[in-house]
Amino acid sequence: MLEKNNSMDEVVVRIRDLHFSRGARKIFDGIDLDIRRGQVTAIMGPSGTGKTTLLKLIGGQLKPQRGTIEVAGQNVHKLSRSKLYELRKRMGMLFQSGALLTDITVFDNIAFPIREHSRLPESMVRDLVLMKLEAVGLRGARQLMPSELSGGMARRVALARAIALDPMMIMYDEPFTGQDPISMGVLVQLIRKLNDALDLTSIIVSHDVAETSAISDYIYVLSNGRVVGHGTPKALQETDSAWVKQFVQGLPDGPVPFHYPAPDYAEELLAGGES
Amino acid sequence: MMGGLQRLGRSALLFFERLGRGNLFLLRVLAGLPSLLPRGHLLVQQLYSVGVLSLLIIAVAGLFVGMVLGLQGYYTLVDFGAEESLGVMVALSLVRELGPVVAGLLFAGRAGSALTAEIGLMKATEQLSGMEMMAVDPVKRVIAPRFLACVIALPLLAAIFSAIGVMGGYFVGVGLLGVDDGAFWSQIQNRVDFFDDVMNGVIKSVAFGFVAAWIALYEGYDAVPTSEGVSRATTRTVVHTSLAILSLDFVLTALMFD
Ligand SMILES: Nc1ncnc2c1ncn2[C@@H]1O[C@H](COP(=O)(O)OP(=O)(O)O)[C@@H](O)[C@H]1O
Ligand SMILES: [Mg+2]
Repeated sequence: MLEKNNSMDEVVVRIRDLHFSRGARKIFDGIDLDIRRGQVTAIMGPSGTGKTTLLKLIGGQLKPQRGTIEVAGQNVHKLSRSKLYELRKRMGMLFQSGALLTDITVFDNIAFPIREHSRLPESMVRDLVLMKLEAVGLRGARQLMPSELSGGMARRVALARAIALDPMMIMYDEPFTGQDPISMGVLVQLIRKLNDALDLTSIIVSHDVAETSAISDYIYVLSNGRVVGHGTPKALQETDSAWVKQFVQGLPDGPVPFHYPAPDYAEELLAGGES
Repeated sequence: MMGGLQRLGRSALLFFERLGRGNLFLLRVLAGLPSLLPRGHLLVQQLYSVGVLSLLIIAVAGLFVGMVLGLQGYYTLVDFGAEESLGVMVALSLVRELGPVVAGLLFAGRAGSALTAEIGLMKATEQLSGMEMMAVDPVKRVIAPRFLACVIALPLLAAIFSAIGVMGGYFVGVGLLGVDDGAFWSQIQNRVDFFDDVMNGVIKSVAFGFVAAWIALYEGYDAVPTSEGVSRATTRTVVHTSLAILSLDFVLTALMFD
C-alpha cells in the first residue's frame, strides 16, 4: 500500500540494544529484534519475562532507559505526542484482557476509533463496523454488551476493533491464554488469515508454544531479559541451545530453574524461627 | 531511630511526588478542556451521571437540614422575641455555609466515589491503555468531561440544596411554629445580599466542585490497578475530599466575610 524505499519496507519494527528496568528489577538487558513486513512474528518466553512490557515499549506507552525502537522507520521515543498518536493509528493492539469499553455495545466499541478519528457519516461508520465484524465472524453479535460475550468472542471483538483503522501491524498480547480448544483454533486461524488477507504484519506475544509456532514465520525466545534464541519454528525445534529446548519442549527444570532464587534449603530449615 | 527517620523521609518524598503528579495531572485535564467544545454530548452525559443522579440525596438532605435549622433557630430566637428573623437566619446559614459545604460532602460521597471507582476500574481492565493505543487521549476523552461536569454540577446542586432548605425552614417556622409569613420572606429579601451572600456561596461551591473533581479523578487515574487498589482509592477520595472541603471552607470564609 505505502510506497517507501526498499530498505525500510523490509523491517517494520527494529529494536536495538533495548534496556528497561522497573525500579531495581532489570526486565530487558540488551535486546535486538527485527519484525519483518508481512510476517507473523512470535515473541515467546515464560510469564513475567516482560512480553507485555515489550509491546508497551513498542507502542510508546513506556520509555526504555537505553536503546532504540523504530517502527516504520521512526524512533518511537523521539516522536512528539501528536506524531506518536499518528503512528499509533497504524498499530493495532490486542490486550490480554481485550480491554473493550464495558459501558457500550460491541458495535460502538468497534465504531469508537473510527468515530474518534474521522468525520465519516454514520451510515458509512455502520458499513465499516459491519465489515470488520464480518471478518471476525461476529456480525450477529453487534448489539451485545461486552459483559455478555464469552472469552473467545471478546478477543475477536477486540481484534475487529484493532483492525478498525486499517493498521499496518497488529500486536497480540497472549491471544490464546485461557481459551477453550475451539475458540483457540478459531483465533489461531483468524490471526493468520487476517495477516495475509489484509496485508498486515503481526506480532504475537505468547507462551503457548504449539499454537503460536503453528502460525508463525519467525520466533524469538526471551528469557531473563535477553533473546536466548530465534529462528523459524522448524529451526527452533532442532536447536541445540539448552534454554530454547527447555522452553520449546516444556521441560520443568533446566537452565530456567524451577526454584525462585533462595538461600540454601538445608541451611534455612536449620536456621529456624527468624523468617 | 535511623529506621524511623528513613521511613519519615521516605513517606515525605512519596507524598510530595504524588502531589507533583497530581498537579501535572490537573494541568493536563485543564489543557484538555477546550477539546470538549466540539463534543458537547460527552459533557451532557456526565452532567447527567454526576449531577442528575445526585439530585435526590441533595434534595432530601436539603429539606431536613432546613427543617432542623428552622426548629433550632426558632427556639433560640423566640427567647429574644426575634423569631421574625428566622427566615434570615435560615437563609444565610444555608446560602453562605451549609449549602456549599453539605452539598459538597454529599457530592463527594455520591459522585466522587463513583468517579474514582469508574476510572480506577477502567484502568484496571486496561480500557485506558487501550484508548491510548487507539491514539485517543483518555485524559481528554474520559477525564476532562467528568471534571467539567463536576465543576458545573456542584454549584447547581448547592443552590438547589439551599432553596429546598429555605422551604424546609419555612415549613417548620411558619407552618408549624407560627412565625409570621410576611416577616419571614421580607426579612430574607431585605437582609440577604446578592453579592456578599449568594455570590460568595456560589464561589465556594465552584471551588468545592473543582477540588472534589480533582481528587476523585486523580485518585481513580492513579489507583493501583487491582480490585484492592481501586477500593482503597475510593475510600481515600471520600476522606480527602471531605477534609479538603472543610478546610477550604474555613479559608474561604475567613477571606470573604471579614
Ligand atoms: N506496572 C508495573 N509496575 C511494576 N512492575 C511491573 C508492572 N507491570 C509489570 N511489572 C513487572 O514486570 C515484569 C514483566 O511483566 P510483563 O511484561 O507483564 O510480563 P509477561 O507479559 O511476560 O508475563 C513482571 O515481573 C512484573 O511483575
Ligand atoms: Mg503479559
